[in-house]
Amino acid sequence: MTHPPKSSAAPPGSSVPTVPAVPPQPGPPAPPTQPGPAAVPEAGPRRRTAFAEGVDQLRAAATTEPGRLRIIGALLALLVVAFGAVAAWQMTDRASAADDVLNSSQPLSSAAADIYSSLADANTQAASGYLAGPQEKPAMRKQYQKDIDNAAAKLVTAAANSKAGSESAKTIADLNKLLPTYKGLVETARANNRLGYPVGGAYLRAANETMQQEMLPKAERLYERENQRLNADYADAKAFPWAAAGLGVVALAALVWAQRRNFLRTNRVLNHGLVTASAVSVVVLLWITVGHTVARVGLNDSYDHGVRSLNVLHDARIASLTARSDENLALIRRGADTTKVGDEQKDAYAVGYDTQIADLAAKLDQAGSLADDSAGKKPVTDANGFMKAWKDRHGVAQKWSDGGDYQKARDKVIGVGADPTSVCFENVDAALVKALDHEQAEFKDAATGGRDALTGLPYGAAILAVLGAAGAVLGIGRRLSEYR
Amino acid sequence: MAVVCALALAFVLLLPRTGASGAGSTTSSSGGRLTHALQAAVEKKCTNGRYPQDQSLSPSGGSGSTPNVDAIKKRGRLVVGVDTNSYRWGYLDPNNADGELEGFDIDLAHRIAGDILGDPGKVTFKAIPTSRRIDAIKNNEVDMVVRTMTITCERLGDVAFSAPYFKTGQQVLALRNSTITGYDKSLAGKRVCSAESSTAYDNLKADKGHGIPASTDITTVVPNQLDCLVKLQLGEVDAVVTDGALAASQAAQDPTVALKGGLFTDEYYGVAMKKTSTDLVRQVNRTLEDYIKDGGWAESYRTWLHPTMDQGGKKSASATPPEAHYK
Repeated sequence: MTHPPKSSAAPPGSSVPTVPAVPPQPGPPAPPTQPGPAAVPEAGPRRRTAFAEGVDQLRAAATTEPGRLRIIGALLALLVVAFGAVAAWQMTDRASAADDVLNSSQPLSSAAADIYSSLADANTQAASGYLAGPQEKPAMRKQYQKDIDNAAAKLVTAAANSKAGSESAKTIADLNKLLPTYKGLVETARANNRLGYPVGGAYLRAANETMQQEMLPKAERLYERENQRLNADYADAKAFPWAAAGLGVVALAALVWAQRRNFLRTNRVLNHGLVTASAVSVVVLLWITVGHTVARVGLNDSYDHGVRSLNVLHDARIASLTARSDENLALIRRGADTTKVGDEQKDAYAVGYDTQIADLAAKLDQAGSLADDSAGKKPVTDANGFMKAWKDRHGVAQKWSDGGDYQKARDKVIGVGADPTSVCFENVDAALVKALDHEQAEFKDAATGGRDALTGLPYGAAILAVLGAAGAVLGIGRRLSEYR
Repeated sequence: MAVVCALALAFVLLLPRTGASGAGSTTSSSGGRLTHALQAAVEKKCTNGRYPQDQSLSPSGGSGSTPNVDAIKKRGRLVVGVDTNSYRWGYLDPNNADGELEGFDIDLAHRIAGDILGDPGKVTFKAIPTSRRIDAIKNNEVDMVVRTMTITCERLGDVAFSAPYFKTGQQVLALRNSTITGYDKSLAGKRVCSAESSTAYDNLKADKGHGIPASTDITTVVPNQLDCLVKLQLGEVDAVVTDGALAASQAAQDPTVALKGGLFTDEYYGVAMKKTSTDLVRQVNRTLEDYIKDGGWAESYRTWLHPTMDQGGKKSASATPPEAHYK
């Protein structure tokens, strides 16, 4: 690879020198050897590069006061414009990241959590429906359908917001393929159940396996990936614009120095142009600092009181759904799936229920301490109460089931008997949905406030910088005119 | 030619055996006898020189001390490992509002509980997958397993069996319009499903490349034989091998599938118990004798199995209870 001659980089006679008065530097702009073949005859008689000539001119200009003033004016204008440009660029980045947090990544992370809980709930409803058999309530069937519809709708949203070819897009496509497969298995199970054939139970098991082993892990990965994106957007929006602030300070310092020099040489205190440029720079610098600080406070608030609560509540909801599913499956499978606890073989779903309920209790505690107002605390407290009642009633059903009183246990779980566990689960879920809605609103408020603090900043910084640069040029120009 | 030779040899080997059991089962059809002949290639006597189903303890013997039966009486409930997926054997009728298990095995479990505890309702059913039947007994999770469990020499090393209570054999199930004709060459290149650690799988593994073509794909193994029907219906496999009794149950749930060929082994179901529970084995054998004598067995058969097993007015080879030969 050969370098073409760079003689056009600094044409001789350029009236606006852009390089500070420093000795010429070796480097690519002035390759000492290897001039292009075309350049040889032209360069032959003079044997000097255009760059060296530019430097000489600059050096000559620097010896006279008007020349120096021209250089100072150009540098000041350049600094202020650079400051404005960097400020506009950095604040555009932050404003769009903040907007993404509010309008894209958080809603997507929420949608992914919704996909997960809709799928888990659909699976729970299908199991409950099977356990209840002919006593399946229309509400169960309706809820199942609603869950499937909701998951399908949210998958469409997620697909529209994911980049083509990305990991998320692939996961979403997989889920879109699995959803009808799952539904087909559930419907076949239902049809066979109606006929009284136990193969329906085998289909339900196949559906459950598809859900637990393929769909839910994929939905979880999607949720994790969207959450990572959300955290990245938060980090982008909250990063302080150091480059802009630094350039602002340098520009201001240069302006102060120029004014001091002016004062020392002419004894004049004020140069209107330079004062305007300084004022404008101060305003932009303050605006950046204060605006971004306010935005950061808002975003931090939306994270601490919104996103963190939402994450914990989503986890709580998933624990509750899994516990309900396990409670049903324990009675459907009747001990067919066991797990080893210590030395003992125990019913896998009974153990699963205990684990999930303990997790639910822990998550509710956490959500309670994260909730910062009474409106947010109330549904969490309610859910806690319902969860305790559920645990107590489940204990009774479990005792009956262990004692061989299968039918009584089943009635208590499906909601036919007195004080059924089904009601407790429904109440826990409803309270959690309420808490989620509240925290989502909290998040939206805080994040909107944060994002709005950045509104207009990029444009404002750009316009003010142009103004400031004009001020600097005019200010210097006024001094320069005194030499004519 | 080799097949014919094997068949002939099998016939010769089996002649004394069919003669012995034929005396007890006068209703056994000629088809049943043929399947007897086929099975001899697979089923052998155990190392002690006896058939596996003829090694249970006589109900009358024993020292008189009954620690295991007493423990059940003290507990007040009999814990029985069953299947909840075998249509008409042990299953949950989805339309049965009380959610109780039903079937031929369930009837027998109730009868055993009734004889020990005086109340046939005092049973706790635990569903166990095919692969965990022996573990469940060894780990004391259940008192006994009444779950279409074939008495085999190998299993006799792990658990004790009652006298046989049902006679069946392995059979092939496929789509009605399939080219598969039975447990033979027609399985070439086909995917065959069986239950994990079932006798069906053991047979498939042993016969691959001998009785059935080496190109038969037998890798599809599921926790429960009924999962095979799901796979067959979804087109994931071409055939199912399971006990004839269970194959008939599967065929009864889908008119587009059919049994292909006859039974290709001779097998007997027994109630499995812990090896050390000799008093319980004798107790169960007493119940079986009474159950068969007082017509309880025949009635249960009529209720649950007659509709799926006795096709076209012909009684199946399984319609008569097998005779007990104690050790």
